[in-house]
Amino acid sequence: MDRNNLLHEKFSDVLIEIPFAGDFFESQGLDVPQGSVAEFVNSLSEAKMEDLGIDPDEFLDNFVSFVEAVGSLTEKTSRIDSLKIIGGINKSGEQENFELEIKAGEVICIVGPTGSGKSRLLADIEWMAMGDTPTKRHIKINGSDPDKSWRFSPEHKPVAQLSQNMNFVMDLSAKEFVMIHAESRFIRDSQEKVDLIIQKANELAGEQFTADTPVTSLSGGQSRALMIADTAFLSKSPIVLIDEIENAGIDRKKALELLVGEEKIVLMSTHDPILALMGDKRLVIKNGGVHDIITTSDKERGNLVGLQELDQKLQDLRNRIRS
Amino acid sequence: MRFVTVSGPPSSGKTSVILKTIESLKQRGMKSGVVKFDCLYTDDDKLYEKHGIPVKKGLSGALCPDHYFVSNVSESFEWGVKKGVDILVSESAGLCNRCSPHIKEILAVCVIDNLSGINTPKKIGPMLKSADIVIITKGDIVSQAEREVFASRVAAVNPTASILHVNGITGQGAYELSTLFADDKTETETLDGKSLRFSMPSALCSYCLGEKRIGAKYQMGNVRKMDVDNG
Repeated sequence: MDRNNLLHEKFSDVLIEIPFAGDFFESQGLDVPQGSVAEFVNSLSEAKMEDLGIDPDEFLDNFVSFVEAVGSLTEKTSRIDSLKIIGGINKSGEQENFELEIKAGEVICIVGPTGSGKSRLLADIEWMAMGDTPTKRHIKINGSDPDKSWRFSPEHKPVAQLSQNMNFVMDLSAKEFVMIHAESRFIRDSQEKVDLIIQKANELAGEQFTADTPVTSLSGGQSRALMIADTAFLSKSPIVLIDEIENAGIDRKKALELLVGEEKIVLMSTHDPILALMGDKRLVIKNGGVHDIITTSDKERGNLVGLQELDQKLQDLRNRIRS
Repeated sequence: MRFVTVSGPPSSGKTSVILKTIESLKQRGMKSGVVKFDCLYTDDDKLYEKHGIPVKKGLSGALCPDHYFVSNVSESFEWGVKKGVDILVSESAGLCNRCSPHIKEILAVCVIDNLSGINTPKKIGPMLKSADIVIITKGDIVSQAEREVFASRVAAVNPTASILHVNGITGQGAYELSTLFADDKTETETLDGKSLRFSMPSALCSYCLGEKRIGAKYQMGNVRKMDVDNG
C-alpha cells in the first residue's frame, strides 16, 4: 500500500491488509477511524488537535512512518550466522590484537575483575561499534558492517540484553505481561507463545508460578526464568547479551540450552566458574581490553561435571533448609 | 554555535543525561554550556558548575514555565555565544505534558524514564511527539521486556525519532548520544525569527490574572468546562 492508499482508502479496508495499523490510533488514545485516515484527521476539531499536540500534516506523516517501520519489523529478519569482534585498544591505548568470530549457537563468556571493561564490551556489541567508541573496536555481522539504523530503533536491534536487574514495575499478571510484550512486537500467534513461555519459565524456576501470578510478586528466580524464556521465544534478536545471572535461583544449564537451542549467539559476562566453563570460549578482560581468549578444554569440561555436582549438593541443602 | 533543546518530565534524568553527554563531547574537543530552566528552585546549576560547565539558571516563579522559556531563550542563546561554547543545551521540564520547548531547525531531545509507566508516551504531547531524539532512562531498573514495551510505545507516538537508552548513573549510552549531537552540524547564528515546533498551551482566564475564588461567576476568558453529566 502506498501513502495515497493508506491515507485515502476506507480504514476498514486498510486494516484487512495491515492489521496492526489500528495500533497507531489506539496508542495515542484515539478511536479507530470510520472513513479514511485523511477524513478522520479533517474531522478532528482544532481543540482536539491541540490536545493531541500535533499538526494534522505531521499526524499523517507519522501514521505513514509507523506503518512503514512496523511493516519492516514484521517481515522476517535477515539471519545472523556470525558476529565478529575486531579488537581495538585498552585503557592504556595498547592494541588488543584479536579477531573473534562467533557463530550462531555458540556461547562466549566474558570474565575479568569488576570495572575491567566487561560491560563496555557488551555495550560495543549492542551499539554495533565501528571504531567509533572509546575502545575503537569494530563489530561485523555476517562478515560486513552492520546497518547503522539499528542503533536508533530499538525494535530493529538484533541484540537483546538480559541485565542483572529484573524488577518489574508494571501492575500485570505474568500472562498479561508476556502478552503485552508479544503485542509490542506485533507477533501474530501470541496466545500460543505466551503459554509456551510460561511453561518454559516454570521449567527453569525453582518454585512454580501460574500465568495469573502478578509479575510484581514473582521471586528473583522466577522473574529471571520468565525473562530468559521470554528472550528465547519472543525476542527475535539473534544476539543475546547477558550481564551476570549468577545469584539467580534458576537452572542455569537449562537456561543456556534454551537460548542456544533457538540458534542465538550468546555472550555472557560472569564471575561464576560453572557458567564460565559452560561457554565454548572465554574472553579475559583486563584494563579495558581483551587480554586473552581461552577455548574451554576437555579437562575443564571434566571439572565442570564435578563443579555441577557440588553445586547440586548446595542446592539440595538450600532446599532442605527452606522446607 | 549549535543549539539543542532538551526537555522531559520532572525527575526523568535530564540533568544526568546532559552531564554525561557533555563529558563525552569534551573528549571530542567540544565545549558545551547549559541553560537550565526551572520553576521555583533548582540546585542543578551547582552540579554543572562543579563539572566546569558554564551554566545560566532561569526560574519562572509565578509565570507559566514555558512562556517564560520562550521569552528568554533568544537572550540565553546570545549568552552562550558570548561564553564561546560550541554547543549550548537548554534544559527544561515539561510540567503539564502539553508544553514543548522544541524549535524548528534546532535539534530537539525528549528524556523520559522507564519507571513512568507504559501509558506515559500516550500522555505526553509535542515535547515527545515532535522530538528528533528520544532518550529513555532508568533502563537498568526494569526488565528487558519492559524496556522493549516502553520503547515500542514511544515509537508508536513518534515513529520518526531516533530512540536511545541512556543510563544517567553509569553513562552507558551517553557516548552514543554525544555522537548524535556531534553529527548534527547545524550552526545557528540567532534564534530571533525562528519558530516553535508547536504552539504553547493557550491560557488567558481569570486565574491567569490572579483570581483565587472558585465558581463559574468568577471565571472569564479562555475557560473550558468538563461534561460531567454525560459519559
